[in-house]
Amino acid sequence: MSTATTQAPQRRSVTGAASNYIDQRTSLSTFVHALGRKAFPDHWSFLLGEIALFSFVVILITGTFLTFFFQASMAEVEYEGSYVPLKGVEMSVAMASTLDISFDIRGGLFVRQMHHWAALLFVAAIGLHMLRVFFTGAFRKPRELNWVIGFVMFILAMGEGFTGYSLPDDLLSGNGLRIIDGMIKGFPLIGTWTSFLLFGGEFPGTAIVGRLYTLHILILPVILLALIAIHLLFVVVHKHTHYAAPGRTQQNAVGPPILPVYAAKAGGFFFIVFGVLALIASLFTINPIWNYGPYDPSPVSAGTQPDWYIGFADGALRLVPPGWEFVLFERTWSLNILVPVVVLGLFILTVLIYPFIEAWVTGDKREHHIADRPRNAPTRTAIGAAGVTFYAVLWAAASSDLIATHFMLTMEGVIHTLQALLILGPIVAYFVTKRVCIALQKKDREIVLHGYESGRIVKLPGGEFIEVHQPLDEYERWRLVSYESYQPLMLRPNDRGKITVGQRLRAGMSRWFFEDRITPVTKGELEASHHTSHH
Amino acid sequence: MTRSKRRTGRRHPLATAALLALGLVFTGGAYAAFSTTTAQAEPSPTSQETIEEGKKLFQANCATCHGLDAQGTSEGPSLIGVGAASVDFQVGTGRMPMQMQGPQAQVKPPQFTDEQVKQLAYYVGSLGPGPDIPADSLVNGGGDAANGAELFRINCAMCHNVAGAGGALTEGKYAPPLTDVSGVHIYEAMVTGPQNMPVFNDLNITPEDKRDIITYLQYVQDNRSPGGFELGSLGPVAEGLFIWIFGLGAIVAITVWITAKSN
Repeated sequence: MSTATTQAPQRRSVTGAASNYIDQRTSLSTFVHALGRKAFPDHWSFLLGEIALFSFVVILITGTFLTFFFQASMAEVEYEGSYVPLKGVEMSVAMASTLDISFDIRGGLFVRQMHHWAALLFVAAIGLHMLRVFFTGAFRKPRELNWVIGFVMFILAMGEGFTGYSLPDDLLSGNGLRIIDGMIKGFPLIGTWTSFLLFGGEFPGTAIVGRLYTLHILILPVILLALIAIHLLFVVVHKHTHYAAPGRTQQNAVGPPILPVYAAKAGGFFFIVFGVLALIASLFTINPIWNYGPYDPSPVSAGTQPDWYIGFADGALRLVPPGWEFVLFERTWSLNILVPVVVLGLFILTVLIYPFIEAWVTGDKREHHIADRPRNAPTRTAIGAAGVTFYAVLWAAASSDLIATHFMLTMEGVIHTLQALLILGPIVAYFVTKRVCIALQKKDREIVLHGYESGRIVKLPGGEFIEVHQPLDEYERWRLVSYESYQPLMLRPNDRGKITVGQRLRAGMSRWFFEDRITPVTKGELEASHHTSHH
Repeated sequence: MTRSKRRTGRRHPLATAALLALGLVFTGGAYAAFSTTTAQAEPSPTSQETIEEGKKLFQANCATCHGLDAQGTSEGPSLIGVGAASVDFQVGTGRMPMQMQGPQAQVKPPQFTDEQVKQLAYYVGSLGPGPDIPADSLVNGGGDAANGAELFRINCAMCHNVAGAGGALTEGKYAPPLTDVSGVHIYEAMVTGPQNMPVFNDLNITPEDKRDIITYLQYVQDNRSPGGFELGSLGPVAEGLFIWIFGLGAIVAITVWITAKSN
């Protein structure tokens, strides 16, 4: 206080006074001081998560606007709005109010389209962010839990998307709900009960839109917000990862501090994301419910698809061969539903716990703050490529009918090809990716040891031709040699002199991961190569 | 023109252009009136001349597959009793004469003039009773678009897609997009069931209901989406591809720019 009074005559700016006022009452400066000095490494791939965060903010803003006008009721009304081809048609209040938002409320269609486009971008950005984190190994200790939180948010985002897609009660959303209803009813014993519980009676009932609305605007967003807070807190606690470069270690984070540079950039970036979404929303139609019309269980349109992020599940259902069901104990067992659900469940579970699997295989308990280059973890990169291929095939399968019409193919041909690709694609992708990674590592090794090929051929006095190799500068070399190389774990008996099954499994996995490997160039090797090249 | 003369005593600078435009409108209008009257005058469904001309065209262009008297061969079905509407649709949309055997005949630019199509249609129509070319009042819209939209969703959308964007069928067959089809061809398709399409006869969907369906499709053709570009009216697949390639693509390009500046 005394210092404040002595300093006051020197600088009496309004902002200074205001910030003093606030700080004396909130002690905000400690927080700003701590956070503002945080370094945030600079790389484009570190902004992918921010795209997701900012599109979520856009979703919240536009969604709030929509709640002012949307009525989550399935009571029947006759549409009296201004869209001619639906005039006088019976529909639910939910559908009618969505049409009103689209045609009769100023700016309503723009906001609705922005909300939907932002939702698509939100999930897409999460997906890309997750791929970045996976392929650079940024999920390793201490960030395993943040990976799990992030992945749970990805699932919740899909839930948010699907509940939102179902709210307008148009034909497309009703068809989507019918598929969910069918999947639930496909579960033995509990299926029918669960469906009746969810829909408050036989599908479609009159309750589902109201229930989904509560999930969509209250429960899921609250959980998402809480998880986002924890996710970001963990980023601060753990520090951000950075890519290998001189001065960057496993103990520090190198980059501009959050205040002022990074905060300004991120703030500006928010407005860029907002602007891009506004531009898209103003130029491109999304989910034209006026074409789809009100939900009626009898019609199903050709080309009925879910939004892209549910596509992989739709594709899984489409790829099941016919006849996968049998009758036992007077019940039909629908393997055509159970198999895809189990396969996708295992896929999702594997992605969720992958950090723990890899930590167990490597047995590495150290912290990792330097992100891997994908080539330097060939097996992980190959597993990731296989997973991406698997997902991509399922995703493509969801649009099998459009692939058939647009490329003039037969529907059956597309489906059978994708069925084969679902099994073979990931295997091929695994081996190709692994070999490509190892080849790239070999190239790096060559470059470190012998420098770049300059393309300059020199004839020596003795008549010998050699190509001059340009040596690497130290900074570049550091980037190429500073990575971890693991060796397969040795199988050793424990203190009782036994080798357990778990250990065997672990050793086997470790061998699978690290048997083929290229070790980074050591100092000795480097000196030896310099030695020979001097001669 | 006269006004500008009175005011300045000279011709208005735009007078020449106006005169030219007027002349063009007159000649064009007269030509259009002349050509439509000739087109209307020529093929009369009952005149023997029309049928004779149609027969000649048929024997020269269609008989290889359908037989000299349209009785059908191993290559193509009999056309006795298919009606004038069927021929008007198949030939008028360019599907016949067929370019090649395949899962279904494909749309291509029509091979005959309007007049020739009508001659062919009335010739085949004269061979046996069948659906006739519909009256103009049924195919020029003016019906209840809301009723038509509902009927379209219930009867047509499962193959042709709710927005008439088309869809896939089995074995390489498909329901074509309806975004660019004339009212008369839509009507004829409903009554004759071309390719893999079922027949919607007048007991199934009355002529007035057919008119409503056409009214709805014409509404969709004439009124583009209020939300902006439609991305082919293909629904979530097109939207998903768009956001990944253009939405996320643009923003990732911007992230590269943001981080590159500081380096």
